[in-house]
Amino acid sequence: MIELSNLCLLLVILINFFTLGSARLVACIRAVALQGALISLLPCLAHGISGHTLMLFGSAFAFKGVFIPWLLLRAIREVRIRREVEAIIGFVPTLIIGAMLTAGAFIFADFLPLFPEHQGGLYVPTSLATLFAGFMLLMSRRKAITQVLGYLMLENGIFIFGMLLTEAMPLMVEAGVLLDLLVGIFVMGIVINQINREFSSVDTARLSALKE
Amino acid sequence: MLILMILFPLLLAGIAVVLPWYRIRSWLLPLGGAVQFALAVAAVSRATAAPAPWIGLDALSQLVLLVTSLLYFGCSIYAVEYLNLHSERGNRMMVACLLVFLSAMTLAVSARHLGLLWMAVEATTIASAPLIYYNRNRLSIEATWKYLIICSVGIALAMLGILFVAYSALGNGVPISLQLDQLLRTGPTLARPWLHAGFVFMLVGFGTKMGLAPLHSWKPDAYGEAPGLVGALLAGGLTSVAFLAILRGVQIMGAAGDLAMARHMLLGMGLFSLLVAAVFMVRQGDIKRMLAYSSVEHMGLLAVGVGIGGLATFGALLHLINNAMTKGCLFLSAGNIHRAFASKRLGDVRGAMSVLPVSSGLFLAGFLAITGSPPFGPFLSEFTMLRGIFAGGPMWVGGLVLTLLAIIFIGMGATVLSVTQGESNIPQIHFPDRVMLAAPPMLMLLVVLGLGLYLPELLQRLLEDAAALLEVKP
Repeated sequence: MIELSNLCLLLVILINFFTLGSARLVACIRAVALQGALISLLPCLAHGISGHTLMLFGSAFAFKGVFIPWLLLRAIREVRIRREVEAIIGFVPTLIIGAMLTAGAFIFADFLPLFPEHQGGLYVPTSLATLFAGFMLLMSRRKAITQVLGYLMLENGIFIFGMLLTEAMPLMVEAGVLLDLLVGIFVMGIVINQINREFSSVDTARLSALKE
Repeated sequence: MLILMILFPLLLAGIAVVLPWYRIRSWLLPLGGAVQFALAVAAVSRATAAPAPWIGLDALSQLVLLVTSLLYFGCSIYAVEYLNLHSERGNRMMVACLLVFLSAMTLAVSARHLGLLWMAVEATTIASAPLIYYNRNRLSIEATWKYLIICSVGIALAMLGILFVAYSALGNGVPISLQLDQLLRTGPTLARPWLHAGFVFMLVGFGTKMGLAPLHSWKPDAYGEAPGLVGALLAGGLTSVAFLAILRGVQIMGAAGDLAMARHMLLGMGLFSLLVAAVFMVRQGDIKRMLAYSSVEHMGLLAVGVGIGGLATFGALLHLINNAMTKGCLFLSAGNIHRAFASKRLGDVRGAMSVLPVSSGLFLAGFLAITGSPPFGPFLSEFTMLRGIFAGGPMWVGGLVLTLLAIIFIGMGATVLSVTQGESNIPQIHFPDRVMLAAPPMLMLLVVLGLGLYLPELLQRLLEDAAALLEVKP
């Protein structure tokens, strides 16, 4: 079981890199969908199969792996994005920074006062690396929809950290959190649509009229 | 009863979506607001029962619940006439979102589980985003996008903070739980490094939502572009709810014996907020953005008050009521001025007093109240806070707060006076003062005035109980 969960987490890190380096928007969305599906397996892999983990797997898989990517794919079909991911920082520098942040996450996790059973595991470093990658995506991309992807990766990172303490989060709350995420992304999709209608572009650099 | 308060607005929101009649749909808002306010008063006047594991009211949440429901009630009356004036835009989305917003706010106030609290606060973000986009133009969509992204990311960090707090409870044998009461009970056994990190992240996350500097960047944009009604609810209601979420973190830190550290952080952020507000308030050329910076200022004051502790905490909690009511009055009257002049830029709006005597009179009085002039309530609460600071805190903090308040008074005064005084430059007025649009801000101002003259004993006891929750128990 340990090996399988480690495999999952390594794949999650690889997907981080893929998303940071890819220029194709559809590929990025699919990659984040795959990431969501992979981390939805973690509750079962980490804590064994029980009613709680199965429900968590089901809801996380449905929301993170299916519904949200579907919403995003629909959003880009509606606004008919022709140009692909536009970066403020180039792809190679992003990848290099991403690599440094991932290495930093592994080193940093060693210094954290973790409990013995979590020491040396991949959960904490992967969670931090995914968080950082999400932040990179949020900051370095100009399209509104890539910022949503960054937010989603950020949430994935937090979800991975949450695996260390599933018993703290009752199922109802966990489901509510996922529902919030889903509705949030849905509203963001609508706003993206409106941005496109107003500006005939989804470039967030155009959203700069409001300042001091 | 609490469950009713959470579910009833949701039910009304459902009705609002299916109801075909425009005018009746608008009237759902005052119905929801009135029921909410009546239930809140009933809930507050009863003695606090032992809080249930999921939702329940302690003195702090009773206070916030009372404030938000009174503010919401006032705004809901204003909303009816406001929506009638803008009937071409449709009100289905607006009414439904406002009611969901009310429900989410009540859930956040009464939550006794940190996960539930987080979920409710995030729900308020999502429900209020469409409200900011009500004007449907380029500027409002930009404001909506910034609000959604910045607040969602901020709240995500608060989630990380909550998980850190949960991690700190790991390893002392008992099953971990995010129930507030259990965290408070097991406070001394929490692992320090994780608890500290958790509090910092909660402060950053909910601080974004509350609009403490330097996390306030969405605030001028969102408040500036949202309708006055929504600005009032966000600046008076939602910020109070986010502050309550931070206070939950303070409570846990207090139970763990690290209250001093939590207070230092709050004090630092509060002073920085005051500074930022002072810098941006001087020569501010936009009425609603000015009010947004005033909101940053008062969030800073709340943080400073709790950061000093003792009497200042009592003052800060009293200020929470005053700030919410005065902000409600200011945003609603500024909305009236904005509508009449079709602009909120300083260059276009002049001599509002001659065309809108009631609304601009309220705006001027609201300005005097919010900057702490007697005999209004904020004077009393700011004075109490300052007394607390000079008695218990370092002298330089008191001096700095006073200096910044003076700068803010001058900066805000320059803008407000140039809006209200002088000759008006518009030939005819399409939107004169109306009873339904002027009465709610006037009532809010009267509440503020009343609180400045007389503090009811019930309220005083509630405030003392709430302040006691934020102290270390012997």
